[in-house]
Amino acid sequence: MAEGKWDAIVIGGGHNGLTCASYLARAGQRVLVLERRPLLGGATVSEEIYPGFTFSSCSYVVSLLRPWIMRELDLPAHGLEILPLEATFTPFPDGGYLLRDGDAERTRRAIARFSPRDAEVYSEFGRVMGELGRLIKPVIDRPAPDPASLDPRELLDMARLGRTFLDRGFDWLAAEYKMLTMSAVDLLSEWFESEALIAPMSVSGIIGTFLGVRSPGTAYVLLHHYMGEIDGAFRAWGLAKGGTGMVAEALASAARGLGAEIRTEASVERILVSGGRVTGIVLENGDELRARRVISAVDPHRTFLGLVGEGHLDPEFAGQVKRFKLRGSSGKVNLALDGLPEFSCLPGEGIHLRGDITIAPSVDYLEQAYDDAKYGRFSRRPFMDIVIPSLTDPSVAPPGKHVMSIFVQYAPYHLAEGPEAWPSQREAFGDAVIDTLAEYMPGLEDRILHRHVLTPWDLEKTYGLTEGNIFHGELSLEQLAFQRPVAGWAHYKTPLRNLWLCASGTHPGGGIMGAPGALCARAVLGQRGSAA
Amino acid sequence: MPLPSPFHLRIEKLCTSFRWKDWAGYHAVSSFDHSHEREYVAFRQAAGVIDVSPLYKYEVRGRDAGRFLSQVMARDITRLGVGRVTYCCWCDDEGKVVDDGTVTRWGEEHYRVTAAEPSLRWFEQGMQGQDVTIEDSSQRIAALALQGPRSRAVLADCSDAPLDRLEFFRATTARLDGVEVGITRTGYTGDLGYEIWIDAHDALAVWDAVIDAGRAHGLEPAGLDALDMTRIEAGFLMLDVDYYSAPREVLESRKSTPFELGLGWTVHLERDPFVGQAALVAEQRRGVAWNLVGLEADWQELEALYERYGMPVSLPAAASRDALPIYRGSEQVGRATSHMWSPLLKKQIALASLRAEAAVAGTDLAIEHTVEFERCRVAVKVVKMPFFDPLRKRQP
Repeated sequence: MAEGKWDAIVIGGGHNGLTCASYLARAGQRVLVLERRPLLGGATVSEEIYPGFTFSSCSYVVSLLRPWIMRELDLPAHGLEILPLEATFTPFPDGGYLLRDGDAERTRRAIARFSPRDAEVYSEFGRVMGELGRLIKPVIDRPAPDPASLDPRELLDMARLGRTFLDRGFDWLAAEYKMLTMSAVDLLSEWFESEALIAPMSVSGIIGTFLGVRSPGTAYVLLHHYMGEIDGAFRAWGLAKGGTGMVAEALASAARGLGAEIRTEASVERILVSGGRVTGIVLENGDELRARRVISAVDPHRTFLGLVGEGHLDPEFAGQVKRFKLRGSSGKVNLALDGLPEFSCLPGEGIHLRGDITIAPSVDYLEQAYDDAKYGRFSRRPFMDIVIPSLTDPSVAPPGKHVMSIFVQYAPYHLAEGPEAWPSQREAFGDAVIDTLAEYMPGLEDRILHRHVLTPWDLEKTYGLTEGNIFHGELSLEQLAFQRPVAGWAHYKTPLRNLWLCASGTHPGGGIMGAPGALCARAVLGQRGSAA
Repeated sequence: MPLPSPFHLRIEKLCTSFRWKDWAGYHAVSSFDHSHEREYVAFRQAAGVIDVSPLYKYEVRGRDAGRFLSQVMARDITRLGVGRVTYCCWCDDEGKVVDDGTVTRWGEEHYRVTAAEPSLRWFEQGMQGQDVTIEDSSQRIAALALQGPRSRAVLADCSDAPLDRLEFFRATTARLDGVEVGITRTGYTGDLGYEIWIDAHDALAVWDAVIDAGRAHGLEPAGLDALDMTRIEAGFLMLDVDYYSAPREVLESRKSTPFELGLGWTVHLERDPFVGQAALVAEQRRGVAWNLVGLEADWQELEALYERYGMPVSLPAAASRDALPIYRGSEQVGRATSHMWSPLLKKQIALASLRAEAAVAGTDLAIEHTVEFERCRVAVKVVKMPFFDPLRKRQP
């Protein structure tokens, strides 16, 4: 195909870029995806950093990938297999532990060791959260309704959503309102008395944000977790076989099958703007590619302040983009292990190693981890979310060996010494993670064959996540829905004609969801309404 | 009361769920833990091992063994070379299927037949005057099915079997932890996999060696619930679920010919006489009345249906054997006999017996689906089987 014949150029071969490209190609558009790295996926990537061991370097759990995208693009036929995570395990420093799994009675008994009351309430809480999640689920499968809009269809969308709640009665509205305003710990404390339960449950409210578990607004993020669980009924929650990169590979295979072209090691230097209109892009090697429209799957900062350039933006809009908070708060440590590590509180192999392992022993522990971050230090004793994918998926490690993925919070991008100090603190950060873990898993150090430490600085430099923010912008309330990324520009369109946004910096936000990509494609194609 | 299988001493310790069922008079595990999910995932991602000793096994020996088997089977067994396995079914005089299983030719004059139901008397009826003996080896021979993408690696680590040369549906003998065993590259999961045939006295030693070798490969002991899901994905039939054994049925409508079960590919018609030949020849000339096919449900419709009741879609995690009517318009054209949500394919799938005119791939039909105690219908499409057929199954 001759250059300049593209209907759309998608910048960035992450999962949203690839989803968007697939949907556009499916509608008959001529689409080109440009990825800077040799590997597709962006932060949804599998990398063999140490021979024989495949790491899900960045994102590691698939929970919110929209089931309709999986079906419409037939991702299982393109190699996507989701393996379940079986349990949530929380070890405590005093030698105790809490293990929750799919066996309701076993879980009830486990919680009852801490509080018989909580054990009874636990399933009820799950039901209420599930119902709340179901009520707001349509929100993430549709473009965000914009209350400031004069478009009657927008108002209709709003009304429909409001109606859902009114139909359920005032109590549900009140409950949802609480979700939007409370802290995760406050919400959980309304239900539970045992910190052994409250602490590990509260962390779903802070993952990827620069907030603490006692910060207002974090209750809402908890809900996302439960939405994942609803779809979990269709086994959509878990690990991708071969690492999360397989999500990107499956999407890429679908996109290619639908006629999209994908180029790797094709770094875009800037977006061509002429008279307020986007006409194409310039690659780092100087090649100019023209297209009817350019769709950016990189974050709003990088798109507008980097690729477009402030000079082409309305100053008011540029200011709003600058105020869109990214400030990454987490890092990642990936380990290649010589054998399976053991917890001193529950030695041996078992179901507890086959799920989420949460290092969140108390609310104060989590708040203290946040305190470090507030003052520009990484947490000396961080919150960690750990999975060992090789137990369920032996294809990611040599026989008998294992990979361990450790999500670590907090690791503030803005260190007191400035972000550029990260490379000199990388190993100290890695040590803090291993030292903390070794308190629960004695002998862990001796099993480590290779340690791959990713600080927010690395997430920015290697994976293109500005300020190391894993969600392309914080998932805080003021940056969600019609405010994401900028009020009035939440429908994937931008003030520059022919420039669109399709990734996590737009509604409904981050995580391996695919919804921004698919909804953007719908918007580009002029289709309205629910994508599902 | 069911008997313990030769592996029972090991298996009972692992079956923490106490979820047992009776399989051909033996204690068999439904799932080792509260859910079969891990075992199912192991079959598809790593490896699973399941005790299949309750299968009926018959050693057919003698100069006329091959000729005799060809007379009772719908398949021409005289064509089966030594070291090969074949899948086949056998019929009554009316051409209606009695049972199905595998035949392995272990030696010039030695075959082993597996069956779901006791079949000794049925086979013996056709023996007269031939140099052939049949031994019911069901209790003497224990069997393990080792299935999944890592099954070859597990077997390589505990046996001297020439696995690189052992093609799909071939058999070999080997030493496994010092024990002489038979290994066939066969199974009921439609995946890379092996079945290990063991003298019952050696069963525990073999179990220990396989489990030990499996540790590095994610091997899980698996039960029948997980096996049931994998066999539906593979499009394999189950006796008393997807069809019935003709001699045990009174109703004609419950009996099926191999052609009606989609097993026409296993039937060799033009050869020396065999049981049911005339009826099958006549049926082939006439055309079949029924066909067993795969169905795939329309997810959008399923979701919309549940949404009408204010619910998210909720489907059982295990396969179901409750037969469901299948409709074209208002007319019932058949029944789905096995159905399940496939976590692997992310689809609701079913095996169904349909009137031939409705059994054409691509045909749009509807399946009954009960939501909140109300019987509804959901669109399904006739699709090609197997639902899941990985390359590794046949790869060298």
